[in-house]
Amino acid sequence: MTSEYSNSPDDQLSAGDANQYLTFVLNGEEYGVEILRVQGIQGWDTVTPIPNSPDFVLGVMNLRGAIVPIIDLRKRFNMEAIPHGPTTVIIVVKVESADKPRTIGMVVDGVSEVYRLDDANIQALPEVGAGGVSSDYVKGLSTVDEKMLILLNIDKLFSGNELNHDAPAHMAKTA
Amino acid sequence: MSIDLDMKEIHDIFFEESEEGIDVMESGLLGLEPGNADPELINTIFRAAHSIKGGAATFGFTAISEFTHGVETLLDQLRSNQRAVSEDLIEVLLGAVDCVRGMLAALKDDAELDLNSVTECQEKINALLGSTSVSATPESAAESNEIVALGSGVKVWDIEFRPDANIFKTGNEPVRIFRELESLGKLHVVAELSGDTEFDSVDPESCYCGWFLELEADVDAGAIEAAFEWVKEQCELKIHCRNLQADVTADTGAVESANTVAQLEPPKSESNVAKPAAAPAAASRDSGSIRVNIDKIDALLNLVGELVITQSMLARFGEDGGERGAKSGLRDGLMVLERHTRELQESAMQIRMLPISSSFSRFKRLVRDISSKLGKKVELVLSGEDTELDKTVLEKMSDPLVHLVRNSLDHGIEMPEQRLAAGKPEVGTLKLSAYHEGGSIVIEVEDDGAGLNAKRIHQIAIERGVVSETEQLSEEQIHHLIFQPGFSTAEAVSDLSGRGVGMDVVRRNIADLGGRIDIHSEQGKGSCLKIRLPLTLAILDGQLVRVGDDVYIFSLRSIVETVLVPPNQIKRLAGGSVVYRLREDYIPVVRLRERFNLNCSAPRKTYLESDGELMVVVESDGKRLGLFVDELLDQQQVVIKSLEENYMPVTGLAGATILGDGNVAMIIDVPGLVRDAGDAKANDSNAA
Repeated sequence: MTSEYSNSPDDQLSAGDANQYLTFVLNGEEYGVEILRVQGIQGWDTVTPIPNSPDFVLGVMNLRGAIVPIIDLRKRFNMEAIPHGPTTVIIVVKVESADKPRTIGMVVDGVSEVYRLDDANIQALPEVGAGGVSSDYVKGLSTVDEKMLILLNIDKLFSGNELNHDAPAHMAKTA
Repeated sequence: MSIDLDMKEIHDIFFEESEEGIDVMESGLLGLEPGNADPELINTIFRAAHSIKGGAATFGFTAISEFTHGVETLLDQLRSNQRAVSEDLIEVLLGAVDCVRGMLAALKDDAELDLNSVTECQEKINALLGSTSVSATPESAAESNEIVALGSGVKVWDIEFRPDANIFKTGNEPVRIFRELESLGKLHVVAELSGDTEFDSVDPESCYCGWFLELEADVDAGAIEAAFEWVKEQCELKIHCRNLQADVTADTGAVESANTVAQLEPPKSESNVAKPAAAPAAASRDSGSIRVNIDKIDALLNLVGELVITQSMLARFGEDGGERGAKSGLRDGLMVLERHTRELQESAMQIRMLPISSSFSRFKRLVRDISSKLGKKVELVLSGEDTELDKTVLEKMSDPLVHLVRNSLDHGIEMPEQRLAAGKPEVGTLKLSAYHEGGSIVIEVEDDGAGLNAKRIHQIAIERGVVSETEQLSEEQIHHLIFQPGFSTAEAVSDLSGRGVGMDVVRRNIADLGGRIDIHSEQGKGSCLKIRLPLTLAILDGQLVRVGDDVYIFSLRSIVETVLVPPNQIKRLAGGSVVYRLREDYIPVVRLRERFNLNCSAPRKTYLESDGELMVVVESDGKRLGLFVDELLDQQQVVIKSLEENYMPVTGLAGATILGDGNVAMIIDVPGLVRDAGDAKANDSNAA
């Protein structure tokens, strides 16, 4: 039920790991997060809703004894909702926000690959928004095999303020 | 030397047991009333005293055993009704308990003892016993060990060992000592019977023997002494080395009068050969052990048992391999394993949780002592003693609580005359209570004393420059000034409190634990200090309910009753608030589905014929609130987990927990909801 792909930040990391990105698919685009932030990949499971929470917060889940909020990235980025399919997974990430580190699960359409990207291969985001995501949350863009990768800045995306009810105000301006 | 280490461990056990015994004695004594000699209680106290005495004698802590002997004699007389329970007697015995505690602490820390208090107390006991020399000085005392300085090469030691007649009664076995010596070298033992014993009068439990031992070994006197460590207070021991010309005689000073501190210090020989067994190490640590309710241990053992069964079940399916049914069996087994593992984890966490009663019960003594010292009459009321707190939190809360209680007694509760003059009952009430509220544990220290004098506090704050004269402060703000460093309003500094180093430290200690302290005070009526502590590890007795599609949990403690409400009984007031008439009172009503904006597929569950609904009536802070739920489910203990850790605090929720099936359920913050309801319609209804 639970396929695990665990690579905790506490592990001894070689210089190369720092530049590895786990990519996932969301609404046809490929996004990436630093692999050292990824705590595991979790199959879909029962989520308990949190009363009066923003709609992109699906609820909380029991992850080995910890209560972890689950965020629907499609809803977060104002994308069209689709029913959960067989590839739908939850990527569990560690977020470093100002006050404390947090563990958060994000629902994505499916995981894709692990790429090693040099800093030189990452460009800053042009002024226009990318995909459905505001530029605040994007660390940069990269290209692999003619494919564009959107590298997310999850610390900003899931900071305490962004999880707050008013957060959607900051949301994507494009569509 | 390994034997030193072993002794240290054993000594530690003795200290721990004795401390428990002391606590038993103390609480027993506090339960005694003059003129009412409850034999069961006296027996309990007696047994505790007896164990301490016995233990101390075994380990050669003569001072304690001799001292406790007097106490024991007194208690024995109580037990056999030769003496009546009097206020004086209880006082003396409580003093004696303190003495023994002090002696134990001094021994443990290798520290100096306050000799005067021990002597004083001993005298009081002696006076009560009507004799001045209550076995204070054992006659056949001082064993003078002859110890030889260090040397090398094989030495021949002559050891003369004459144990006291009662050596067997303390559980010592000379043969073991001899075996110990044998491990050092070649041993030759000759027994000698003391001549004047008639066979008919022989007591089989007494020792009538003495031994001459000849040991050939390359050891020093200390090693030989160590073998006799357990019995050295109960024997005459002479150790003599043949190889050396002159014997260096050293008085180990082991047995002297019970009133001296000498034997509290480890015996020292001039040549420093005899090492003290009770090394000073690890003295000032927090108590490293924990007392756990047997039920919790049983629950843990049960779970471990089930885990073993699950494991063997899984192993069987593993061996069956591809056989039919194995797969589903394996899946079931894994699910069971998952559940057991989780329960095991929770049980293990439970072990760290201690009821606050262990901390509260200390205050009975404290209140008694302080109030009698101050000439005040105070009754201590405890409630919520079985509220469980994490051990660490409990230990750290102990000092701040003592401080608050002292403050209440010293400054809060007035002298009996003043109380009568103010039209209050002569006996003041000090209330200590603990309970769960809104994701916290609350500890309250409440008195019906004079309360805070806001005017005076303000004046002093201005004098000390804490606030400026022009600053306008509400009464509550003024009350909070007492938490400022260096602030004290006591007219005279007493040895109890009033040095102004109190409340700020209390506040800091509580803040260190992530809690906070509030004060509510009314002049002339009393004060209430409310400490809120987070309950990261706390356990809650929960009532599971279903609201919509989800399970929510109420604290069982907050539920007053559940009622079935016919629809026409719900009244809607102007402004949208809803109330229900519960017998005499109107109480506000909240629909959890609406309150939590639940978008649920399950239809509202109705009862009775005509669309009746199930309402849980909860109470907090004296105010009641009705909450509509769909269904009542199980009751179970749940471990409260924070929502803040990975998410953020949610209004209306005190936290979350993980249920047996691995799903998360939300815990409802009853006090929060009650407060909200109160704010919204404070004027409409008030059940208080």
